[in-house]
Amino acid sequence: MLESTKDMGGPRQSLLSIKGLRKHFPVGGGLFGKKQVVRAVDDIDFEVAKGETLGIVGESGCGKSTTARLLMHLIAPDAGTIVYDGEPVGPSLSLRELRRRMQMVFQDSYASLNPRLTIEDSIAFGPRVHGEPNQDARALARDLLNRVGLKPETFANRYPHELSGGQRQRVNIARALALRPRIVLLDEAVSALDKSVEAQVLNLLIDLKRDFGLTYVFISHDLNVVRYISDRVLVMYLGEVVEIGPVDEMWANPRHPYTAALLASMPTLDPDARTQEAPLAGDPPNPIDPPAGCRFHTRCPFAEEICASTRPRLSTVDTAHAVSCLMYEPGSGHSRATGTRALQFEVVS
Amino acid sequence: MLVYLAKRLAYTVPIVFSVALVCFMLVHLSPGDPLISILPADASVELEQRLRIQYGFDRPLPVQFWIWISNALSGDLGASIANGRPVLSEVLQAVRNTLLLACTAAVLGFALGMFFGLVAGYFRDSWIDKLATSIAIAGVSVPHYWLGMVLVIIFSVQLNWLPAVGAGPGNWSWTWTHLQYLVLPAVTMAVIPMGIITRTVRALVGDILSNDFVDALRAKGLGEGRVFLHVIKNAAPTAIAVMGLQLGYLLGGSILIETVFSWPGTGFLLNTAIFQRDLPLLQGTILVLALFFVFLNLFVDMLQAMIDPRIKRG
Amino acid sequence: MAIATEPLTEIAVAEKRRGYWGTVGKRLTRDPVSMICAGMLGLIFLAAIFAPYLGLPDPYQGSMIRRLQPFGTAGHPLGTDELGRDMLSRLIHGGRLSLLIGILPVFNAFIIGTLLGVIAGYNGGWANSAIMRTIDVFYAFPSVLLAIAISGALGAGILNSIVSLTIVFIPPIARVAESVTTSVRNLDFVDAARASGAGAMTIMRVHVMGNVLGPIFVYATSLISVSMILAAGLSFLGLGTRPPQPEWGLMLNTLRTAIYVNPWLAALPGVMIFAVSIGFNLLSDGLRSAMDIRN
Repeated sequence: MLESTKDMGGPRQSLLSIKGLRKHFPVGGGLFGKKQVVRAVDDIDFEVAKGETLGIVGESGCGKSTTARLLMHLIAPDAGTIVYDGEPVGPSLSLRELRRRMQMVFQDSYASLNPRLTIEDSIAFGPRVHGEPNQDARALARDLLNRVGLKPETFANRYPHELSGGQRQRVNIARALALRPRIVLLDEAVSALDKSVEAQVLNLLIDLKRDFGLTYVFISHDLNVVRYISDRVLVMYLGEVVEIGPVDEMWANPRHPYTAALLASMPTLDPDARTQEAPLAGDPPNPIDPPAGCRFHTRCPFAEEICASTRPRLSTVDTAHAVSCLMYEPGSGHSRATGTRALQFEVVS
Repeated sequence: MLVYLAKRLAYTVPIVFSVALVCFMLVHLSPGDPLISILPADASVELEQRLRIQYGFDRPLPVQFWIWISNALSGDLGASIANGRPVLSEVLQAVRNTLLLACTAAVLGFALGMFFGLVAGYFRDSWIDKLATSIAIAGVSVPHYWLGMVLVIIFSVQLNWLPAVGAGPGNWSWTWTHLQYLVLPAVTMAVIPMGIITRTVRALVGDILSNDFVDALRAKGLGEGRVFLHVIKNAAPTAIAVMGLQLGYLLGGSILIETVFSWPGTGFLLNTAIFQRDLPLLQGTILVLALFFVFLNLFVDMLQAMIDPRIKRG
Repeated sequence: MAIATEPLTEIAVAEKRRGYWGTVGKRLTRDPVSMICAGMLGLIFLAAIFAPYLGLPDPYQGSMIRRLQPFGTAGHPLGTDELGRDMLSRLIHGGRLSLLIGILPVFNAFIIGTLLGVIAGYNGGWANSAIMRTIDVFYAFPSVLLAIAISGALGAGILNSIVSLTIVFIPPIARVAESVTTSVRNLDFVDAARASGAGAMTIMRVHVMGNVLGPIFVYATSLISVSMILAAGLSFLGLGTRPPQPEWGLMLNTLRTAIYVNPWLAALPGVMIFAVSIGFNLLSDGLRSAMDIRN
């Protein structure tokens, strides 16, 4: 059986350390079209600590899923370094080895299973590729089916179309775990499921994390789910990181106007807390031609002239809490930038 | 939209060039010396040399191609080896006859296919649908040259209603004397497009009827007749596009039917060219037919782009 | 957990699990039209294969005094042809060549076209452009014209007719293969397989081929009908088989002159072509809907 890889740098070293990750997709071109690019992911930095769950949130098209695919190298990054537990991917850690240590669960449970393979074969495929003998790979697959709550004797020889969405996503989780990774990227992994099934799968994920000592990167547009499962949250807007910090603190005290607006737009059951108007007006701007300066300034209630010309940097406002906004950059020229870190502003509601 | 049209147009240029190349290469694909068919069996070496130079066969292939294509661009496709007449005029005369036959068949096939397809799609799973579907599948499965023979057997040999072969005496005119020659080959030829249009339209109608807007029309209190009109309006553009392509296939595929009915069109010309090994004639006929097909495709694509606003890029 | 204890799943344990093709086969056998077609085609194939052992008269042995005998003549249930040869025997023997020259081109084109299309679809980019743009050139010719042009240039003969029809059917099959492969390649399970660290060849073999071969195969079967008609058509024009070999298209041609003497006899070989063609068309339709398994 494949062994889980040993820990290298101790619990204080980040499991993943991402610097300057960038992906621009070319669009148009051809006969008359100008060569243009979609800035899907634009120079982002972040760390994933060992054993944590990092949630990534943002509107659709903000680059969440592209980030996950870049981490897995399913698409080649244009620039940036990924360091896995102290080992830079490329020079000292091969892609093949990285993909053993890091696995991914996709949103579409049906499209991510080969319809011609049985559940067991789908799960056993990865270990076989890594040289596991057939018998062992099958035994591992059955064991994992058990672990994700599917009876192997019932499900092992079934085909994906014979399963429900929740069952298929359990299979996808088992498949991701088959290589004994230390980190699992969950790209909208529960978003397509019914609410009741979603809760079951979320709890399964929490159990598996504890049992296997996993680290999660949990990508979702559903803020309730992210809050439920994450330790820290990263907020993306138009290919950039706008805020990153501990989940409770961020919910209690969002710093970036975009985060605040996102949180305010969450549906709530409390009639007194209902919002009167949409806090985020309109659609996000076109990522082909993002606004200059701060990308959020076109929709930001606190935008000033300076925001249209100066690009904010991601800077720490509290221990483990960083935000990319000129209001928090002392001396940036924004009228609210006072130089103190304790600045607060009223949540738009 | 304009960008799409321009791209589509620009894309046609290399296609036309490649088509010409393929037509040119056909001759050099044929086994043996292309001169063999012209040379008398007892030709002297001098005569062979003289003819080889006259036809340009002594030059390297790219040069031959260059000469051939620049001549073709100025409308000179060479002369028929068999009778010495210019290939272009031979081909154009034949194309006229083939067009007459193919267009008649296309109109017939389109009308019948539209009718069967609409009825079958509208009354899906009824006996009418089953009948229309059977006719359609028979239409696309029947060896049309055999169908031609069967029609001749019935209507010429046994009933003696219509003439069996030829296009009538002298030049074509729109009189019954000539039209009666058109009936059997046109009906025979119409069978395949009829089958294809029926199947296409039937599927289209099924799709359209399952759309929400049809329910909305009914909910608005529109009569079934008006709903049916909406269905026709939505199915027509695709059906016309399919028919356009079918017309191209009819032009290119007429050889078998023209052989059965001895219709003096391009198919007949091809047949002659092949069996007399008249290579310039073969080359020229295929080139003209293929170019016709390419431009027909282009025309259909552009027409569709103009009708259907959803097509914006290639 | 609730999911694992659904009663339905318990029953499923006892039932032998059937693979995808098993399910398709089962669905196909439930379709009466497909079964009738399969039966008819099976009969024609068996008769053609075992023609020499059926005790039929020699298909080459003619008789100048017994030419164009009508149906029901003693010893010749379907009469005799223009050279006095037994029609029934020639029709059955004719199946051997007719089926061969009709089906072999599609088979060849299936192999070559799939290879080209899958390579183009899986690799995308440069390889895709090179292969697909070349294919486009052949698409610029109507299929009948292309078949006749190549056959005409190569000259008459069985081999040449098979070669020309193979060339005719490669482009459409390659196009279908390319589009199916492109869509499969973009599905998440291919990404998941890449994420497992599998190489391109392994992914092709395990994940791509199994999912693209089915649709390409169905498409290829739908071409057999056209191929049968075209192959016999080439022989009908004198570009395929040569006399005295029994072959339906050629028989149709040589019997054309007999339509004034014994018209329905002359039409017989066409009935065979029609039967095989419609049989394959309906069977292909049946296969297509049998493979359309949705959950």
